Amino acid sequence: MHKTLVVIPAYNEEESLPGVLKELHEQVPGFDVLVVSDGSDDATADVARAGSARVLELPYNLGVGAALRVAFRYAAAGGYERVVQVDADGQHDPLVLEMLLAPIDDGADLVIGSRFAAGGAVTYEVSATRRRGMALLRRLVRMLTGQRFTDTTSGFRAFSQPIVTFFATSYPSEYMGDTVEALVEACNAGFTVTEVGVNMRGRGGGAPTTRGFRLFYYYVRLVVVLVASAGRTPRRQG
Amino acid sequence: MSWQAHLVLVVGAVLTTLFVLRLVRRRELRGKYSLLWLGAVGGFLVLAIVPGLLNWVADRLGVGYAPAILFCLAFVFLLLVVVHLSWELTRLEDRTRRLAEDLALLQSELDDESV
Repeated sequence: MHKTLVVIPAYNEEESLPGVLKELHEQVPGFDVLVVSDGSDDATADVARAGSARVLELPYNLGVGAALRVAFRYAAAGGYERVVQVDADGQHDPLVLEMLLAPIDDGADLVIGSRFAAGGAVTYEVSATRRRGMALLRRLVRMLTGQRFTDTTSGFRAFSQPIVTFFATSYPSEYMGDTVEALVEACNAGFTVTEVGVNMRGRGGGAPTTRGFRLFYYYVRLVVVLVASAGRTPRRQG
Repeated sequence: MSWQAHLVLVVGAVLTTLFVLRLVRRRELRGKYSLLWLGAVGGFLVLAIVPGLLNWVADRLGVGYAPAILFCLAFVFLLLVVVHLSWELTRLEDRTRRLAEDLALLQSELDDESV
């Protein structure tokens, strides 16, 4: 049995978190669960402890990327062989965790749970801005990495031990950098990145984090960062 | 404007763009600040490439000396940048103070445990 850590970045998710933790305990009782409360104002951390998860509390909101960074440090220090990232809002079904982790056991370093690959499905609406943005990112990532990915912004991902060590010091922490930029960086650093089709459910609660003009701004910013960093080969440690 | 002046402006804008992108590439400038400077350079470049634009705007606004608009814009822009930076600085100071507090409290908890 591989030592596996489930990481849940959570910002004010006291409502949906108990359900997610309960499901994890039932479906994958052998996995350790780490909740990173990203400067939550509600009882997220208490709820997580009550659900017998390990809790890291960031003193203020730093974004998903920063929450993952600290989780990677925790995982690297704890000697975890596999890390899997799950959303706190119940979008990701623990039933498919093993499917997501299987390629890791076969030597992959980063596995992306895709809503759009074969076997994947979305059971919720995606806004027009977001859809166009995702299409643009797909093309850009293909240009930058030479690899085809159908879902570059998915937050349902599994990581191998080497990539966790790598990301523990270099994970991009700006909004959306945590998914797309990390994906490009992993490819550039020579890690094996694959995709698995997974079904995602609607959110358990809460609204999408951003929309409209702000979302557009984030896309532009991300494109600038990606283009500026094109062909950059980050130093791979270990 | 003479063509030499245009050339200097365009070359300057291109160099600034490359410099900003280089900083982003080396992770020495965050994406959000890079957009600010790239946007400013872009605006500058438009004014440099379309020479009639500044005079046209000056005409519409009834400003007698066209370059004054440029100075005014630059002044307002830099002022806003400075205000924004002081805002960020205030936020950072608050955050480091909070970190120090957290650390002190944690340390005292550890002291209690080791007794």
